Amino acid sequence: MPSLSVNGVERRLDGIDVRTSLLDLLREQLGLTGSKKGCDHGQCGACTILVNGRRINACLTLAVMHDGDEIVTIEGIGTPDALHPMQQAFLHHDGFQCGYCTPGQICSAIGMLDEIARGWPSHASADLENIAIDDAEISERMSGNLCRCSAYPNIVDAIREVAGPASRREPA
Amino acid sequence: MRAFGYARAATADDAIDAGATGARFIAGGTNLLDLMKVDVERPDRLVDIGRLPFTKVEDQADGGVRIGALVPNSDLAAHPRIRRAYPLLSRALLAGASGQLRNKATTGGNLLQRTRCYYFYDRALPCNKRDPGSGCGAIGGFNRIHAILGASDQCIATHPSDMAVAMLALDARIEVRGSDGTRTIPLAELHRLPGDTPHIDTNLAPGDLIEAVTLPPPPGGTQVYRKVRDRASYAFALVSIAAALTVEQGVIARAALAFGGLAHRPWRDPAVEQALVGERPSTAAFNRAADLLLAEARGQGHNDFKIDLARRTLVAVLREAAGAPQ
Repeated sequence: MPSLSVNGVERRLDGIDVRTSLLDLLREQLGLTGSKKGCDHGQCGACTILVNGRRINACLTLAVMHDGDEIVTIEGIGTPDALHPMQQAFLHHDGFQCGYCTPGQICSAIGMLDEIARGWPSHASADLENIAIDDAEISERMSGNLCRCSAYPNIVDAIREVAGPASRREPA
Repeated sequence: MRAFGYARAATADDAIDAGATGARFIAGGTNLLDLMKVDVERPDRLVDIGRLPFTKVEDQADGGVRIGALVPNSDLAAHPRIRRAYPLLSRALLAGASGQLRNKATTGGNLLQRTRCYYFYDRALPCNKRDPGSGCGAIGGFNRIHAILGASDQCIATHPSDMAVAMLALDARIEVRGSDGTRTIPLAELHRLPGDTPHIDTNLAPGDLIEAVTLPPPPGGTQVYRKVRDRASYAFALVSIAAALTVEQGVIARAALAFGGLAHRPWRDPAVEQALVGERPSTAAFNRAADLLLAEARGQGHNDFKIDLARRTLVAVLREAAGAPQ
């Protein structure tokens, strides 16, 4: 029987309607409403989660395609009593207004910093081999996450604060 | 979304058998599911090929590289061999979509993604690609993003991929496995012009499964990918150009040029390349190449600007690739 792990808890997919997106599974069936449905077409990034450590849009994938996968949502990133450093930084820099895009922004930022730590280049990288993290890099790499309140400057500040150590790692 | 059957393919043969009897392949799903949500794609059955073993980037004996069809766009862009030997492919991939989408979208799926023409996406509007015989809403309608080369009176849609443009300039071939075995065809023969059958995007038959893309040894010289779009990130190309240019003793020895955003398929014109070979790099020579490229170009109104934009982008890309001042 297909199953997947969500924030460390095994979840079976018995009898699931195969049309169910991973996002709808999380929100409607597992009650994990932190991941948000914005556009439902992969354009806004509000549904960004981590699958096997990689950031993806949960709206553009079917739950049944993830048998055996490890899913982490914002609920698995941190708790009010034990915030993840990225959550702490968003608070410190006021990286939001209405907050609707914030879970997706935070999951995306965590996945993005892991990509930088692995030495992945971006469209903003002048050199494909040596990645220097700066505001242009952060903006480019976060372009799949929209914020209609336009809290972008503070989002970039929050991510830059957390990025500090990662940015000094050597490319793979 | 309409109801459909879903099965995971254990082997490529499973997938091909299912595909030959009407099932659609799904891997990353980022384009197919999007289109199913708006009821443009209506598969009865999906066969999930996402866990077939086509996930490697391998060096080839001839000095080229073989890219498994399921290698995600992000992994391919970051692969050390691609970055160093085929930087225009890395650049093209990184110019497309968002970080999240590149993590899911696959090499084969990127080639087979469908147009982003607004009329194709909107079931309330006519579209010969979606509903053959219903007409083309873009002709005489809103057509800012549409084709200026190779279009027909049935369809003026463009192919949306950046990756495919880079691969076309690199003389990529695709390994296709079907009911009759495996064959290798030039990428240039994959995508079609619209003609009077715009609903058929490619020359693949039902059940044909792309297993890999192969690249010949890197072309040498300078590689450039330039994409012009309406915003700095996460937008489709108005015009994009992949160029590999070799200049020897002050003369262009080899030129490979492919274009995105201009036509129903990634566009390559041997006459343009031949016109450059043997020339000394100069604005005049680059403009003569643009004259050839655009001799048959035809605007549809809102996209008339693409003709001049393609010319200026080509001249700028050739200057950059030739090492001339911008």
